[in-house]
Amino acid sequence: MSTPVLSVRDLVVEIPTRKGLLKPVDGVSFDIAAGEILGVVGESGAGKSMTGNAVIGLLDRPARIAAGEVRLLGDPIQNLKGEALRRQRGKRMGMIFQDPLTSLNPLLTVGEQLTETIREHLDVSKSEALNRAIAALEEVGIPAARQRIDSYPHEFSGGMRQRVVIALALCAEPELVIADEPTTALDVSVQAQIIALLKRLCRERGVAVMLVTHDMGVIAEAADRIAVMYAGRMAELGPVRDVITKPHHPYTAGLMASTPVASRGQKRLRQIPGAMPRLDALPDGCAFHPRCEKATDKCRAEPGPTLAADEGRAACWYPLTQTKEATA
Amino acid sequence: MSTLIRVEALTRIFDVSKPWLNRVLERLPKAKLTAVSDVSFEIEENSVYALVGESGSGKSTIGKMITGLVPPTKGRIEVNGKDISSDPDSAEAAKVRADIQMIFQDPYASLNPRWKVRNIIAEPVAVRGGKTGGLAERMLEQVGLSGADADKYPHEFSGGQRQRICIARALASGPKIIVCDEPTSALDVSVQSQVLNLMSDLREELGLTYLFISHDLTVVQHMADKIGVLYLGTLVEEAPRDALFSDPKHPYTQMIFDAAPRMDAFGREVDPPKGEIPDAINPPTGCPYHPRCPIAVDRCSQEKPLLRHIGDTRVACHLAE
Amino acid sequence: MTQTELRPKADPARPSRFSRAVNSDLFHSFRSNPVAVVSAIVVMVLILAAVFAPLVAPHDPFNPATLNLMNGFTPPGEANAFTGDFFVLGTDDQGRDVFSTILYGMRISLFVGFSAVLFAMVLGVILGLIAGYVGGWVETIIMRIADIQLTFPAILVAMLIFGIAKGITPPAYRDQMAIWVLIVAIGLSDWVQFARVVRGATLVEKNREYVQAAKIAGRSAFSIMLRHILPNVMNSVLVIATISLALAIIAEATLSFLGVGAPPTKPSLGTLISIGQGFMFSGEWWILIFPALTLLALALSINLLGDWLRDALNPKLR
Repeated sequence: MSTPVLSVRDLVVEIPTRKGLLKPVDGVSFDIAAGEILGVVGESGAGKSMTGNAVIGLLDRPARIAAGEVRLLGDPIQNLKGEALRRQRGKRMGMIFQDPLTSLNPLLTVGEQLTETIREHLDVSKSEALNRAIAALEEVGIPAARQRIDSYPHEFSGGMRQRVVIALALCAEPELVIADEPTTALDVSVQAQIIALLKRLCRERGVAVMLVTHDMGVIAEAADRIAVMYAGRMAELGPVRDVITKPHHPYTAGLMASTPVASRGQKRLRQIPGAMPRLDALPDGCAFHPRCEKATDKCRAEPGPTLAADEGRAACWYPLTQTKEATA
Repeated sequence: MSTLIRVEALTRIFDVSKPWLNRVLERLPKAKLTAVSDVSFEIEENSVYALVGESGSGKSTIGKMITGLVPPTKGRIEVNGKDISSDPDSAEAAKVRADIQMIFQDPYASLNPRWKVRNIIAEPVAVRGGKTGGLAERMLEQVGLSGADADKYPHEFSGGQRQRICIARALASGPKIIVCDEPTSALDVSVQSQVLNLMSDLREELGLTYLFISHDLTVVQHMADKIGVLYLGTLVEEAPRDALFSDPKHPYTQMIFDAAPRMDAFGREVDPPKGEIPDAINPPTGCPYHPRCPIAVDRCSQEKPLLRHIGDTRVACHLAE
Repeated sequence: MTQTELRPKADPARPSRFSRAVNSDLFHSFRSNPVAVVSAIVVMVLILAAVFAPLVAPHDPFNPATLNLMNGFTPPGEANAFTGDFFVLGTDDQGRDVFSTILYGMRISLFVGFSAVLFAMVLGVILGLIAGYVGGWVETIIMRIADIQLTFPAILVAMLIFGIAKGITPPAYRDQMAIWVLIVAIGLSDWVQFARVVRGATLVEKNREYVQAAKIAGRSAFSIMLRHILPNVMNSVLVIATISLALAIIAEATLSFLGVGAPPTKPSLGTLISIGQGFMFSGEWWILIFPALTLLALALSINLLGDWLRDALNPKLR
């Protein structure tokens, strides 16, 4: 197997606070291959956005990578600083945010932002950069790109703006794109357009995509593999169809079962009791055990097995076997 | 079952003009945004009526008009046969409105951070001079929290718990109708199911009627008895749940059903829908959907289709059958 | 590059900023900020010294019976050549103890400052709430008045009011009235700040869903402003009030220095500085320098405290 584009091993992110050390990301490992979309799902505070930010070097102080490795095509990039980080980010890694309006500079035209990014990372002339910018806008499906390149971000609609953000993330031809809730702020019809665009670009360019979202439907349609996070740890990791139809971790099973789709025709939805614990009040043992029907003394005492990037499916002492359906 | 709410030709136009001085200097005309245009529907007692639509469809504005937060520009709102829209400040209307409460989308913004939960829940009763002794405790227990939570502040609760507090507040005055504006879209999936189940249980126990406003089709399909689909302020289709989901008649309804991401659609390659929602200040002529509609004909751009009955469905499309 | 900026995510469970701040974070942030701690100590010491001036001051500088003209111009830290009396910070031309006059002067300065800010705050908060909540032409009128007033320097406005008041009060009451006229003059020149900030905060709060819930509950507009919006804009008001206090004290000193403020019979720090400047070049520097340093220390530490409070309560208020 060739080197994965992104390889994360035992990543730990810490936030020192007065109340103690919080670990919003705790021992997370995964790989993303070229042309692959890894969907990262989880509830608020599960650590999915924090993982993406740690990979691309956008952690807000005082959060910091305390342990583990992040490799981009074999080169370690964790804890890069200043110039070195800037060169990697943009050139080799692009980022797509939830809100397209705040991730574009309102005072520069779309063309200025694109050519600036291209010239920063690629050694091309001004006119060549402009041509590439127009090509990038055409590629993400902006009609009349040559005319619209001198428009300001506010002159685009929400969906078109998100396309510009995608063009901006991709214009320096990065190897990895991190998309953090890229469709959450968009309407259903536009969301479908953006998902289709992401999938097409990923396939055509062989970019590795880390798609962070809370929307299981988006993941099911877009992702090749899925990573389920819970309370900062990887709960389950596997091919998207397997994880959604035959989850191994009781949390994943509960999550899938509690969607209205899974309970179609039933009067009540299945529900997981309780809520995800706050990071400053994590229970001993497996973080999911207070909400888990199958929890034993072992679950209450020991944290679940740590999930490696390439083997195993669920970080659970008693994974649901293949024969059982999602009925936990 | 009898009709509890009747909405007739409801229209709301917002003035989105620039300030007077700018208009004079820049010679701009007044800008009008028609958020809701000539919408009529009826909600039966003890049922769930859902309004679905994308942003700018006017679904929240309709909810606000029914709760009295926004006065209608034209049209009538009747509750139990009593008109509450023509003289919204009358004592009569205020009395009817006491039966209508609302649950909001953002459980973080809908509770005053400076107030204790006890006072938040009792507010609708206290304002109208009712007795509030033990009320907060009773309501908290009804929504699955503990009576001891009454003396805490909102920030001590999680998103799902806050939404339960919102529900407790909405129920405190013993209303008949609850307008739910995207009540679970800010919540995580596992918490969403808890809140939806609670809402279903309460409806049965207390005989409530819900106007359920949402953009999430899976949630609407689970909750609603009857569904109205809105596009650019116009009701384009209305049908009982099963009829709508098995046989959507309006091209717009068909489009959002196709476009919505599905959990069983692994690696689905769909042709994504074309275009985006047009600017509501300058809406298209004729049928508002015609510029994006795959089956539009000349007539669609000239003549606005009226709602007509096809079986149990009402649909506003010249071509639907 | 815009890509590099980290925006707050929609999903992390956000605890209410305010309640957390007051419970513990505010105190923690205070303790971990040495500038804030030192400023607070300086302010506390100065305020306590001013409040308890009659107990702390070694002399009563305004009781002619205890004054000895022979003690005039005693330099600080030296015994008087004639009487042998000792004064920490020296004496002025009439033999008044500078240290004691500073303590009594600070009393007046602080009283005027606090009262003026309170007056400005009440006026500004009420007008700001109404402008923000009611909107329409009411808002236009209030905010245009505020805009117009901002085009005049605050000192000029204060002097104008002071001049008018002086013209209409009988001379016998002038000294008594002076302090109150000062308060009104400074307060009237300062309410705009409060009104603007409160209006802005009200515009944000009034569209939040808890206000809509209160409307549906049947609460009146007045009651919503008072019970719902006011408590939620008090954070910003508190910050402005602290910074305004320093400004008000300086404004008072400026007016008194210009001779339109506190009368020499009831000297404030500004009056003392004004008196002292006459002796600066004849060698009696202490009569000017010590009141001036006190004013500097007071205004600076209140300002630093206000800066810290602003950052601690709301980093976005900059």
